Amino acid sequence: MWNGIIVSLRQELIVTVILFLLLFIKVAANEPRPGVLLNGINVLLAINLVLGFFPGPDAVLFNGMFHTDRLIVLEKNILNLGTLIVSLQAYDWLKTHRQLLEFYMLLLATLTGFFFMISAGNLLMFYLGLELSTIPLTALSGFDLEKRQSSEAAMKFIISSAFSSALLLFGISLLYGATGTLSFDGILRHLDGSAFQLFVFILVISGFAFKISAVPFHLWTADVYEGSPVPVTAYLSVISKGAVFFIFVQTLFTAFKPLVEDWQNILMLLSVLTMLTGNLFALRQNKLKRLLAFSSITQSGFILAGMVGASKTADASVIYFVLIYIFSNLGAFGVVALISAQTGRETIDDYRGLYANNPLLSWVMAISLFSLAGIPPTAGFFGKFFLLIAAGGKGNYVFITIAALNMVISLYYYLRVIKAIFMDPQPAPIGKLTIPLLPNIAFLLCLVGIFVTGLMGWVYDYIYSLSIGL
Amino acid sequence: MNLSLLIILPLLTVLTLPFCRGRDQVRWVSLAGVTVQLIVSLALLAFYWREHAAHGATRFFFEYRQPWFSALNIEYHVGVDGISVSMILLTALVMVGAVLVSWNIDTQCKEFFVLLLLLSAGAYGFFISLDLFTLFFFLEVSVIPKFLLIGIWGSGPKEYAAMKLALMLMGGSALTFVGVLGVYYHAHSFDLARIFYEGGIPMPVQRLFFPFLFVGFGVFSALFPFHTWVPDGHSSAPTAASMFLAGISMKLGGYGCLRVAIALMPEAAKEYSPIIVTLATIGIVYGAFATMMQKDLKYINAYSSVSHCGFILLGAGMMTPTALTGAYLQMISHGLMTALFFAAIGMIYDRTHTRMVEKLGGLQKIMPFIATIFVIAGLCSLGLPGLSGFVAEMTVFIGSWQRPESGYRLATILSCASIVITAVYILRATGQTLMGPVKDPKYNSLPDAGWNERFTGILLVAGILVIGTAPFWLTELINK
Repeated sequence: MWNGIIVSLRQELIVTVILFLLLFIKVAANEPRPGVLLNGINVLLAINLVLGFFPGPDAVLFNGMFHTDRLIVLEKNILNLGTLIVSLQAYDWLKTHRQLLEFYMLLLATLTGFFFMISAGNLLMFYLGLELSTIPLTALSGFDLEKRQSSEAAMKFIISSAFSSALLLFGISLLYGATGTLSFDGILRHLDGSAFQLFVFILVISGFAFKISAVPFHLWTADVYEGSPVPVTAYLSVISKGAVFFIFVQTLFTAFKPLVEDWQNILMLLSVLTMLTGNLFALRQNKLKRLLAFSSITQSGFILAGMVGASKTADASVIYFVLIYIFSNLGAFGVVALISAQTGRETIDDYRGLYANNPLLSWVMAISLFSLAGIPPTAGFFGKFFLLIAAGGKGNYVFITIAALNMVISLYYYLRVIKAIFMDPQPAPIGKLTIPLLPNIAFLLCLVGIFVTGLMGWVYDYIYSLSIGL
Repeated sequence: MNLSLLIILPLLTVLTLPFCRGRDQVRWVSLAGVTVQLIVSLALLAFYWREHAAHGATRFFFEYRQPWFSALNIEYHVGVDGISVSMILLTALVMVGAVLVSWNIDTQCKEFFVLLLLLSAGAYGFFISLDLFTLFFFLEVSVIPKFLLIGIWGSGPKEYAAMKLALMLMGGSALTFVGVLGVYYHAHSFDLARIFYEGGIPMPVQRLFFPFLFVGFGVFSALFPFHTWVPDGHSSAPTAASMFLAGISMKLGGYGCLRVAIALMPEAAKEYSPIIVTLATIGIVYGAFATMMQKDLKYINAYSSVSHCGFILLGAGMMTPTALTGAYLQMISHGLMTALFFAAIGMIYDRTHTRMVEKLGGLQKIMPFIATIFVIAGLCSLGLPGLSGFVAEMTVFIGSWQRPESGYRLATILSCASIVITAVYILRATGQTLMGPVKDPKYNSLPDAGWNERFTGILLVAGILVIGTAPFWLTELINK
C-alpha cells in the first residue's frame, strides 16, 4: 500500500524532499556561496523535471481526495518546467539577495500546493491546495524587502486573495448544503440546475475567476504584477494561472458537467469582457510589467474562450496553450527580469534602441511577443488557432469573430514594444549586458519551446490523446 | 519533384546568413540563394509541363501530404497546378530583382536579407498550399518581416506605415481566420482540394462566411475601402520590400480571393458578385483619380497599384472564365510591372535622394538605362499593346463585357475609362521626371545603373515582354 502511495505521490514527494533539503542547508552552520547554491538548486529542479516524466499508474488515493492519471502528471510536468525556467531567470536577481533559500522554500511550497490542487478529486482538497500555494505566493510578492512597492503588492495580494477565498469557501459550503457531498463524482450526481445551485455555482466560478484574473475580478492583477519582483510576477502570471486553469477545466468538465449550458454562457461573457478590458488597458501602458500584466489578462480571456467549447478539443487546446504561454510569457519576462536586475529600467521608453547593443535579448523579446500575439511561425499562432477552433465548435461565430478581432488589437501593443526596441532611436540606450549562463539556458529553452511546441504536431496530438471531453 | 524544396531553400539561405562575415558574403549568399530558387522554379515549370503532357487529367501535381495535427485533421498538404506554378515563377523573378536592388544596403544588411528571404518563404508556402490551415499559416508568416523591413529600413513616416500595414493586414487575417474556421466546421477538414471537388458547403453557411473570406483576402489585395495601407506601406518601405509588397504580397490576396473564397463557395460568390464588382470598380476609378493628385513617385505607383489590383477583383467578381483568366494574368503582369516600377523609382531615389516629381527632371540624359525601364514600366501600366499590361487588362475587359446585365456593363465601361486617367498620370510623371531640362545641376554628375540594377531591369522587362508578345503560353498554363 505504501508503495502505491509513494509512486502516486512521487512528484509531490520530490518537491517536498528538495524543500526539506534546502531547509537543512539553511539551518546548517555555514551557508554555501550564492552562486554555488543557485547552481545546485537549479540542478535539483532540473532533476525534478526529468524524474516527473517517469510513468506511473493511474491512482485514486485517500477515499477519492487525490487522484492522478497521465494527464495530471503531464500538467504537473508543465508546471515543473515553468518553475525551472523562472528559477533560471531569477539568477541575476537572487545572486545578490540575502534570503535566497527562503525564496526557493516558498516557491517550492507553492508548487506543492498547486500539485495537490490539480490532483484534487474533492473540493476540500482543492481548497487546501489552493491556500497552500496562495500564502507563500503572497510572501513571495513582497520579497523585494527594501522596496515599498513590493510590500504594497503583497498586501493587495493577500487581501484580494482572502476575499476570493472567502467567496470560494462560501460557495463550497453552500454547495455542500445543496448536494451533501464535496467529491467531484458526488456533485456530478446531485446537480439538477436549480436556482440555488446556480447561485452557488456562480460563487465558485467567481473564486476561480479571481485567480485567473478574469474581468471583473482582475483589479488586483496590474498592481500586484507591477510591485512584485519580476521573477515572482512571471511565476504568478504563468505557473499560478496555468495551475488554476488546469483545475478549472477539470472541475467544470467533471463536477459541473450537468450545468454545461450555463457555464458556457457565463464563460463566454467573462471571456469577451476579459479580452476587451485587458486589451484596452494594455494599449495605454508605458511600463512593461504593467503591459505584460494586462496582456496576461487578455490571454486569460483567450483561454476562457477555448474552454467555452466544452469538448475534448477544448481541454487539449487549453493545456496546449498554457504550455505555449509558459514559453512565450517567460521569454518576455526573462528579458525584463535580466534588464531590470542589471539596470533597474522597466519602461518601454527605456527599451528604445535596445537592439543596438543587445541583439540577442531583443530577438528573444521580439519572438516571445510575436508568440503572445499569435503570429506564425511561433507557437502562439497554433495555440490561439486551436483555442478558437474549440471556441467556435458549437456555432458561436460572433464570439470567435470578436476573439479574432481582439488578436488585432493586442498586436498593436506588442508591436509598440518591438518598435521601441528595433526602430526608435535613443540617445542613451541600455548598454551591452552580460547574460549569465543560467538565464541563457532559460532563453534557449523558451526559444526552442516557442518553435518546437508549435511546429511539431505530435505535441498537440499527445495532449489531445490524454484529454478529457464532455 | 519535392515542392517543399521551395520553402526549404530560402530557409536554408536564412540559416546560412548568420555565419557570413561582412556585407559581401551576405549579399552573395543571398543572391546565390534566390538564383537557385529561380532555377528550381524554372525546373518546376519544365517538370510541370512534362507531367502535364504525360497525364493531363489530374488537377494537382507533385502532391505531398503529411499529417500535421492529426487530432484536428490538419495536414501539411502541398501541390501545384498551372496557376500556382506561374505565381511561383513570378515570386522567384521578383526576389532575384529585390536582392539585386538591395545590393548596396549598408545598415544591418544581414538582418535585411534574412527578413527578405523569410518573406519569400512565406509566399512560396502560400502558393503551394492545398490545405487551408497551411495556407493561412503562410499568409500570416509574412507579418513579422514586413513590419520590421518597413520600420527599420524604410523612409518617411516609416513607423506609422509599418504599424498601419501590420494592423490592417492582421485585421484581414482575422477575417480570413473566421472564414477558414467557418469552412472547417462544415467540411470537417481543411483540405482545399477535397472541399473544392466535393463541394457541399450549405448555402446559408456560404452566405455567412463568403464575405469573411473574400474581404479578409481582399484587404491584402487593396479591396476598397480597405486599401489605405497600400499607399503608406509601399511608399515608406525600402525598395526591395516595396517590390515584394506590391509585386507578390498583394497577389496573395488576389490568389486567396480566387482560389479559396470563390472556388470553395461559388454559389455565394455569384450572389455577392454585384457588391464585389461595385467595390472593385470604385477601387479602380478612385485609385486612378487619387494617383493623379500624387506628387511623390512612390505614392504614384502605390495608388496606381490600388487601381490595377482593382482589375483582379473586377475579374474575380465578373466570374466568367475569360474574366477569371484575365484576373490571373493581371496578377502576374502587375506583379512584374509594379516591381519594375518600384525598382526604377528606388534607383532614382538612391541617386537624387528625392522622389518628388517637381524636383526631378531631365533624368533621361543622365541615366538612360533607368529612364528606359521607367518608361517601359509606365507604358506597361497604361496598357500599351505588346507589353503584359495590355494582355491582362484586355482579357479582363473582354471577360467582363460577356456579362450582359446593365450594371456589369456600366462597371466595365467605367473601368475601361480609367485607363485614360492612367495614361494621364503615367505620361505626366514620365514627362516631368525624365524629360525636359535638368532641374538641379548636381544631378548631372549622377551615375547610370550599375550591373546589379541593369540585371534587375533586364530580368523584369524580359518577363513583361515575354507575356506581352507571347501571352498564349501563360494563358494555357492558367487555363489548364
